[in-house]
Amino acid sequence: MFNISTQALFSQLLVGLINGSFYALLSLGLAVIFGMLNIINFAHGALYMMGAFCAYFLLSIAGLGYWWALVLSPLIMGAFGMFLERTMLHRLAGLDHLYGLLLTFGLALIFQGLFQNYFGSSGLPYAIPQELTGAQNLGFMFLPNYRAWVVVFSLAVCLATWFAIEKTKLGAYLRAATENPSLVRAFGVNVPRMITLTYGFGVGLAALAGVLAAPINQVRPLMGGDLIIVVFAVVVIGGMGSIMGSIVTGFALGLVEGLTKVFYPEASNTVVFVIMALVLLVKPAGLFGRTA
Amino acid sequence: MTGAAITTIPAPGAGLNTEMKVFAVMAAVLALIGPTGIVYPYFIMQALCFALFACAFNLLIGFVGLLSFGHAMFLGTAGYASAHAAKVWGVAPEVSILFGAAASALLGVLTGLLAIRRQGIYFSMITLALAQMIYFFYLQAKFTHGEDGIQGVPQGKMFGLLDLTRPMTLYFVVLAVFLLAFLLIYRIINSPFGEILKAIRENEPRAISLGYKADQYKLAAFVLSAALAGLAGALKALVAQNASLTDAHWNMSGEVVLMVLVGGLGTIYGPVLGAFVIIAMQQYLAGIGQWVLVAQGVIFVACVLAFRKGVIGVLAERLKIQL
Repeated sequence: MFNISTQALFSQLLVGLINGSFYALLSLGLAVIFGMLNIINFAHGALYMMGAFCAYFLLSIAGLGYWWALVLSPLIMGAFGMFLERTMLHRLAGLDHLYGLLLTFGLALIFQGLFQNYFGSSGLPYAIPQELTGAQNLGFMFLPNYRAWVVVFSLAVCLATWFAIEKTKLGAYLRAATENPSLVRAFGVNVPRMITLTYGFGVGLAALAGVLAAPINQVRPLMGGDLIIVVFAVVVIGGMGSIMGSIVTGFALGLVEGLTKVFYPEASNTVVFVIMALVLLVKPAGLFGRTA
Repeated sequence: MTGAAITTIPAPGAGLNTEMKVFAVMAAVLALIGPTGIVYPYFIMQALCFALFACAFNLLIGFVGLLSFGHAMFLGTAGYASAHAAKVWGVAPEVSILFGAAASALLGVLTGLLAIRRQGIYFSMITLALAQMIYFFYLQAKFTHGEDGIQGVPQGKMFGLLDLTRPMTLYFVVLAVFLLAFLLIYRIINSPFGEILKAIRENEPRAISLGYKADQYKLAAFVLSAALAGLAGALKALVAQNASLTDAHWNMSGEVVLMVLVGGLGTIYGPVLGAFVIIAMQQYLAGIGQWVLVAQGVIFVACVLAFRKGVIGVLAERLKIQL
């Protein structure tokens, strides 16, 4: 069991870090959305998938490459998210949280079903941008440039988001509006607009993760369906109270999953759920959760 | 907290008669329609299994306010357990059905203990995640035969008398089990135990301050719901003569939510109607790819935005009766 080559160990750890980046970006978006809208966005996985498809369409229709997609896809999807918030989610304000979950679940079924109808279940290839092809020889392993970029860039985006929410004036408004929206409104802040923008931002993060994933996992209609459930477990483990908590938990669980693939591959699909069960037994509010 | 959109059921006595009249009509229609063959009996049997599944699910969301997004794990577990018992161990159908329901009840105890540690939206996410774990377990376990499922489950003779290979005998057995389980759920809802569940749904802190151990009641309701969902799963495996991964997938968990939502959350007959509507829709749309998913999604969105009471909920409100 322990005679694993360091090569295999490090390459699985890298895969784990990559998955962790997606977990972090997605659970961060979920946490930000939940904070403002009190909605668990079940459509997050489908929107991540649509972010990847957006990159694919930008290339195949408009001829715009990876770097354009990295900017445009989150903006386009973010605008789409704001449209969803204005037309539908917005109407659920004041109702039980469950309805938000059900509505976004319905949206996820629609998006996923539509893309499956037109693109089947197989993957569409999306090339790694020229600048990031190749790999570095680190001595103990080969590190593909693109994978290193994904990890570093995701981490940077996560930290920038953390900084924007925890350290800037806009972030202070946002946190205040999360705590007490009516009081913040009384100070003249346009809270409904902030809610719309927040949802758009969360969706943009999901789309960004989708673009980053496109060259690694191919563009598939089902790429978000199962991922979102793992991200839910990540959110339960971390607790949604803390931005940094979502980031740390996301990366950490990706690593744990990678390690499991090396030492006990049969459990690699389920390890996150097992950890969730253990955390619930020991610390029901989640590792970074504030209240039960 | 969930009270705003969910029909409250008053104390027993107020609407008992209408409910029982409707039950008699439902039982008579189902008993008569099968032998005539107007509707394909296999379709009705399948719909009845889903109706029971939906009623079990509704027991939690409608009367305790807990939205489980992982109920497929109970349907799937009982399906596998009963199919395995009937095919590999060769036990009689009544034993395999009870074994399936017991397996789901046991799973209900284990997952319930974890899930009730969190409330509201977290409860839903936890049940979903646990169900996904169970799904992966069945995907990899040997006895489930992975993607193939357990096929060719023998139907056998129930109590050594009723030959279930004869379609009409099977039909009436399925109908009888469904009606009995339905009455059991009705009885649970209108018992003192059911009243406490509703009190917890409306205001958990107050129920606790009155001395009720809310967690124990929630767990009991969860296990009951799991066992009844298991009964549905075992029955379904017997009818379809197979147990497959489809029944354990999260799509199935979503489907049962949809059935109950369409019929009416917290109504007694809503889940039954919802199950028939959704299963009929699947039959019609089965031939054309993934449009079933899209249609389900559209119904979800439409129900949540504009039709939160469901068909039976609206009907009950118009007629000013309990259904």
